Amino acid sequence: MAPSLEVPEPVEEVLSHPIKAAPKLVAPEPEHCPGPESETAGKADSCAGCPNQAICASAPKGPDPDIPAITARLSGIKHKVLVLSGKGGVGKSTFTSLLAHAFATNPDNTVGIMDTDICGPSIPKMMGVEAETIHVSGGGWSPVWVLDNLGVMSVQFMLPNRDDAVIWRGPKKNGLIKQFLKDVEWGDMDFLLVDTPPGTSDEHLSVNSFLKESGVDGAVVLTTPQEVALLDVRKEIDFCRKAGIKVLGIVENMSGFVCPKCTHESQIFQATTGGARALAKEMNIPFLGAVPLDPRIGMASDYGESFFDAWPDSPACTALKGVVRRVGEEMGLKAGSVLPED
Amino acid sequence: MSLDRIKHIVLILSGKGGVGKSSTTTQLALSLSLAGKSVGVLDIDLTGPSIPRLFGIESAKVTQAPGGWVPVPVHAADPATNTGALSCMSLGFLLRERGDAVVWRGPKKTAMVRQFLSDVYWGDLDYLLIDTPPGTSDEHISLAETLLKTALPGQVAGAVVVTTPQAVATADVRKELNFCAKTGINVIGVVENMSGFVCPNCSECTNVFSKGGGEVMAQEFGVKFLGSVPIDPQFVMLVETGRRPVYPVGTEVNGLDIGGQTHGNPAADVKDPEQLVRKYQSCSLCPLFGDITKAVTEVVEGRV
Repeated sequence: MAPSLEVPEPVEEVLSHPIKAAPKLVAPEPEHCPGPESETAGKADSCAGCPNQAICASAPKGPDPDIPAITARLSGIKHKVLVLSGKGGVGKSTFTSLLAHAFATNPDNTVGIMDTDICGPSIPKMMGVEAETIHVSGGGWSPVWVLDNLGVMSVQFMLPNRDDAVIWRGPKKNGLIKQFLKDVEWGDMDFLLVDTPPGTSDEHLSVNSFLKESGVDGAVVLTTPQEVALLDVRKEIDFCRKAGIKVLGIVENMSGFVCPKCTHESQIFQATTGGARALAKEMNIPFLGAVPLDPRIGMASDYGESFFDAWPDSPACTALKGVVRRVGEEMGLKAGSVLPED
Repeated sequence: MSLDRIKHIVLILSGKGGVGKSSTTTQLALSLSLAGKSVGVLDIDLTGPSIPRLFGIESAKVTQAPGGWVPVPVHAADPATNTGALSCMSLGFLLRERGDAVVWRGPKKTAMVRQFLSDVYWGDLDYLLIDTPPGTSDEHISLAETLLKTALPGQVAGAVVVTTPQAVATADVRKELNFCAKTGINVIGVVENMSGFVCPNCSECTNVFSKGGGEVMAQEFGVKFLGSVPIDPQFVMLVETGRRPVYPVGTEVNGLDIGGQTHGNPAADVKDPEQLVRKYQSCSLCPLFGDITKAVTEVVEGRV
């Protein structure tokens, strides 16, 4: 028989298990390990003969005892939004930082960004705070404040050298994400934006299970127009469905490019299958808008500036503002309170 | 061990997502094949496999043989045109529905990577290209560990690191270069992708994601710079719809006129049943990748 994953994967089981405290193992996890945190730890067929078997079997079962602490820590945050995409490099971090800047234009709002991309954190550079470090006080870790009302937390702030690689397997990444939620003094905030790495793996599962109890408003899904990207984004939406995360909508980034010399519009990443609009229709989720490819967005990100402040009159800026208002609408907020009219 | 009959293993890495690891892998594979090498492509991006789509073999399935899993063939060797055989293995071939999410934690991904490295029956190959997901985590650690333990001495030629020019991307790719240094993976060189876009209307070149970042990074880390590759929407169209690339009259690449080659009726080309590797020869990126491939093979084959 052809090898395949046609037996439905027990995704529900992975999702429904809140993360448990992982027991200390004496040997590496074997190939078909059910996971030291799972219900069947130490009892599955593949556990026979594993040096960890006794440890896993006797480890405490039940929900993670840290979840109530996380819920208490985040109780002052009104809205939590995830920024997701199955595909890398489509603009998750760019959009997260722009969304944060937009929300923060209203001085009554306080906004936080949590960067859960442990191996490739981009938020600090885009916000112009790459060289900052975390301050620890009696109340916990303080986020790095970019503006008076815009705070950021990322693994980048913990690295001794800017270019250090974070070579971590899943459980260690999960541990840090937990600390970001449990030990960071977020305080009273209107919005907490969670930027994620590409894929549907440890980081996503952890964020989902840690935040389940305190409630997430929903996820904004980013994509670029071509099918190679949509293919992975479809998987991410499938993940959201299975995990019970509400999809606030989908944004098409890098949609068309206007030549600065002759103003001819080219589709650099052709939407051969209808792009995000068609995908939104197919998956029955709201389409939040399309943002054109503007080299100045990339430049503003490289220099850590706010694109809204730097190029307020550009077409990309107008499109982005439209998307931000739509995100607010989908969250049930008044458009004016999210982003004041110009 | 299924890797025993492979001469050279090359990894395609990048700390950043969406910079073109998979399309670079695809083009390196096609170029190596055009240079007469037999090539295998292993896609270890488990949660977002793109290789099946890029080679236009999304509906293919893997078959089981006594020697292990048989990779999906893209085209067979053709001695008449000095083309080597090309085959692929990806998690995408194992999925029931193309939209299905693969929600796996680390240990399961590790097991799959090991299985891909040990259970695939590649046969005799000159090159095995391994396409990776972004980051420096489970898949990468498992890959490095397994290769370190099982590969023959000199078999792992090293890594081609892909980046785009902007600082936000190179910041992550620097981390990947440090990962290579720490795990003892030789860096063959850096490719700068999406370096400039030529407007099809007025031929003005815009540096959509700035320019030169990859070359500067390569210099700083003391690794070879293999070349920059511009954005070519015709390549996107080729892999998305299978249409043979057509350029306006007068288009030149490396002094070679490639414009106005219509190869018969362009409208009929959409359903052109010709092999991807033949259509790719009409793409403006083909000669660029020919040079990059030459540089890679010189480094790789010079080492052994």
